[in-house]
Amino acid sequence: MIQCKTSKAIGGMGHSMKRKEDARFIQGKGHYVDDIKLEGMLYMDIVRSPYAYAKIKNIDISEAMKVPGVAAVVTGKDLEKYNLHWMPTLMSDTQMVLPTDTVMYQSQEVAAVIATSRYAARDGREAVKVEYEPMKPLMDPYKAMDPSSPVLRTDKKDKKDNHIWHWEVGDKNKTEEVFKNAEVVVEQDMYIPRIHVASIETCGCVADYDKINNHLTMYMTTQAPHAIRTVIALVAGHVGLTEEKIRVVSPDIGGGFGGKVPVYPGYVIAIAVSFLVGKPVKWIEDRSENLQADSFARDYHIKVEMAGTKAGKIQATRFKVLADHGYTDAAANPSKFPTGMFSIGTGSYDYDTTFMEADAVYTNKPPGGVAYRCSFRVTEAVHAIERITDRFALELGRDPADLRFQNFIKKEDFPWKSPTGWSYDSGDYHAGLKKAMEAIDYEGLRKEQIQKRAEGKLMGIGISTFTEIVGAGPSKDFDILGIKMFDSAEIRVHPTGKAIARFGTKSQGQGHETTYAQIVAEVLGIPAENIQVEEGDTDTAPYGLGTYASRSTPTAGAAAAVAAKKLVDKARKIAAHLLEVSEDDLEWEPGKFWVKGAPEKSKSIQEIVFAAYTNFPQGLEAGFEATHYYDPPNLTFPSGAYICVVDIDKETGHITVRRFVAIDDCGHIINPMIVQGQVHGGLTQGIAPAMYEELIYDEEGNMLNGTFMDYLVPTAVESPSWETGHTVTPSPHHPIGAKGVGESPTVGAPPAIANAIVDALSPYGIKHLDIPITPFKVWKALKEKGVI
Amino acid sequence: MKINVTVNGTAHEADIEPRTLLVHFIRENLNLTGTHIGCDTSHCGACTILLDGQSVKSCTILAVQANDKTIQTIEGMAANGLHPLQEGFHENHGLHCGYCTPGMIMRASELLANNPNPTEDEIRWGISGNLCRCTGYNNIVKSIQYASAKMRGETPASTEPQFV
Repeated sequence: MIQCKTSKAIGGMGHSMKRKEDARFIQGKGHYVDDIKLEGMLYMDIVRSPYAYAKIKNIDISEAMKVPGVAAVVTGKDLEKYNLHWMPTLMSDTQMVLPTDTVMYQSQEVAAVIATSRYAARDGREAVKVEYEPMKPLMDPYKAMDPSSPVLRTDKKDKKDNHIWHWEVGDKNKTEEVFKNAEVVVEQDMYIPRIHVASIETCGCVADYDKINNHLTMYMTTQAPHAIRTVIALVAGHVGLTEEKIRVVSPDIGGGFGGKVPVYPGYVIAIAVSFLVGKPVKWIEDRSENLQADSFARDYHIKVEMAGTKAGKIQATRFKVLADHGYTDAAANPSKFPTGMFSIGTGSYDYDTTFMEADAVYTNKPPGGVAYRCSFRVTEAVHAIERITDRFALELGRDPADLRFQNFIKKEDFPWKSPTGWSYDSGDYHAGLKKAMEAIDYEGLRKEQIQKRAEGKLMGIGISTFTEIVGAGPSKDFDILGIKMFDSAEIRVHPTGKAIARFGTKSQGQGHETTYAQIVAEVLGIPAENIQVEEGDTDTAPYGLGTYASRSTPTAGAAAAVAAKKLVDKARKIAAHLLEVSEDDLEWEPGKFWVKGAPEKSKSIQEIVFAAYTNFPQGLEAGFEATHYYDPPNLTFPSGAYICVVDIDKETGHITVRRFVAIDDCGHIINPMIVQGQVHGGLTQGIAPAMYEELIYDEEGNMLNGTFMDYLVPTAVESPSWETGHTVTPSPHHPIGAKGVGESPTVGAPPAIANAIVDALSPYGIKHLDIPITPFKVWKALKEKGVI
Repeated sequence: MKINVTVNGTAHEADIEPRTLLVHFIRENLNLTGTHIGCDTSHCGACTILLDGQSVKSCTILAVQANDKTIQTIEGMAANGLHPLQEGFHENHGLHCGYCTPGMIMRASELLANNPNPTEDEIRWGISGNLCRCTGYNNIVKSIQYASAKMRGETPASTEPQFV
């Protein structure tokens, strides 16, 4: 495993190198999809359904066609002629591109207007008259599961109900046995509400079809350009748009968080229109469309139970989950795990039996559950286990930190086999929690709490000690549409010793241009500033599965390290030739080879690279390039210990997050500044669902908060001043001992906050509140308990 | 209709539809794409520019309302090198995806013009009309404090990340 040993001038691992990509962003020269302007470009706007469930009786486009500048209006019937009105989802279900007869959720795409300007397209959209026959939508997933409910997916011939899949893992009988004999059993129903990634840049594309060369260039907001190119080829191959004729370019992306993984109908319509009219077509959704129609996250109803002894030993857990997937199963998920990584739900605790089952159901909500800044449902799983652990502590009258120390998997027990079959690579959970407690003065806070409680004041301390599971993935376990989830790096070093490195991933702000350069610098000793990193162009980058689920460093970062090691091997051959010694007589440190015992006889990496083009040994291939496709042997298992302190105003229910300490363990850290930045951002996206965000629908399927006016994204005022730190247990199987961190805080923060709030309210018999825990929810709970 | 505006020091005359939003005028007529669009309700602040020195969400007003006024966008922040705010954002890792950054910098520039030495609370309230989904705001606050110190002729605090 690589040790961090380069100098600051080289800028390898461990240095808080300032980001290479910042220069363009701070000067307004970032290049996002909406910045692209092509000659003759047309603009597309989309007519959307006001109803959640309705028959389309008629679409009248005649008035729209009279609007100056409108070139065409496309409906589902138009696309049907080319069999482009349906597309596959990432879960191998099917999704309408444009409906021909029935709309299935509010804001579903119904028709597209193409015009010579953005304004003309919007005018045309307003002029399209659609006649609907509304039907009663199914909004409650439990009702949708009821056999007497109407079947929503009538397009599926054999479908007799709204049930999508059933999934289970663990030992049912053994778990039941433990629960039957347990001294203590606690249970809790909880709802992890539907939320939205709400990246500040919405989704969009410019589809540019060149009729003469039968070639499509698709500029789009995507986190996974190569996978999307394959999906486009699968959808449109039958009209001659085969994969080698498609170039997907993902330029600068204004935040993704999982929401820019799926294929949205707008992309497909834009391609179809560009294909039909032979001109570039731009589609950029607005914020309302983004919130109302793009893939949601979460929406899991969970019953979780924990069994243990009076002495506090956790013995078993049981999870029963109902997942509301909306109109189609379009979740971004490896297909081998219908509920993704829910089986990480056993958490950081050492016990040997669990049973988890989950069902998914169709409803009349927008489709496409994304794993918003988490690995395929880890957020929901961690929330469940961390809440129920606190419930267990409360039941026993135990301090929740103390109870966790008692049940943690011990450092010496790694690799640790979980009851659902995962092999946790490494960790030191005791050290993390200890560090967090010292940083926040846990003992002092508990003393203060006793005093506050005596004065009738509400103060809470909440802990979350989670284990994440990232780096998707080992190809034996992970695929998307059958494509195994490896990732890639290609390094080309030019004769003067400067390099370009290309990757199959795609940064949406994670700082890949800097981080990857640092990894290559660490291995090769070429300064990071001389390594240009590129991603997001399928014509130049090696095939990869993209950036999400904190997989970039664990997979593509590893690929970079391995590719760079291949180059070191080649460099050794050239150095031996240049120094006229045998390869075995050489010593290496990043940046140079020297002759054993004669350090003055050395060749720098730059000299070696130059020789690779000018003076290479006979029989050796010229050039200095390497590519590696990295298929991880196992996932990586970062962990964290988060502690949150809240003060609650009894009269109003207003919650103030007074302090929040987050200690993360993501193994070897490549750039501490970037890692800390990722943690800060993730924590704010963790406080959001814990206290503010939820997509709310009424019984008729109307979304009640479909703009930023009422979908409450935290501002700088709501976001506390985060305190962060780390412990380091390297992943033993990863080439650079890194684990990934981007989503840990999103996963770990909500239960820490919920646990803190419930802790504050617990003296009054309040044992649980569902997130988002708003002042009104707190006030209502206190009112119901007669406290106010 | 015709409008006259001075944008980043250069005079422009344009003939536009009266309903044109200022943000679209800046982005599409002037090709200054550093000003971004993130919402339809003036809540995200990605489109913030300076209009006669005041920070304004350019999706909220019409281009005709800028007639005979001066506009400053992110592209006009520094003639040479970087403005202290731009430097502050880079030095303190005050951005991730960079989409909200131009609006955040434009807003912060008016904040510092009105209050050269703001407290952390004043900075947080001052930028509360600008959403950032990536950074968690800590480093944005640090970036603005850095610029504040620099513009007052003081040495900014260390930009190294602080860990507990």
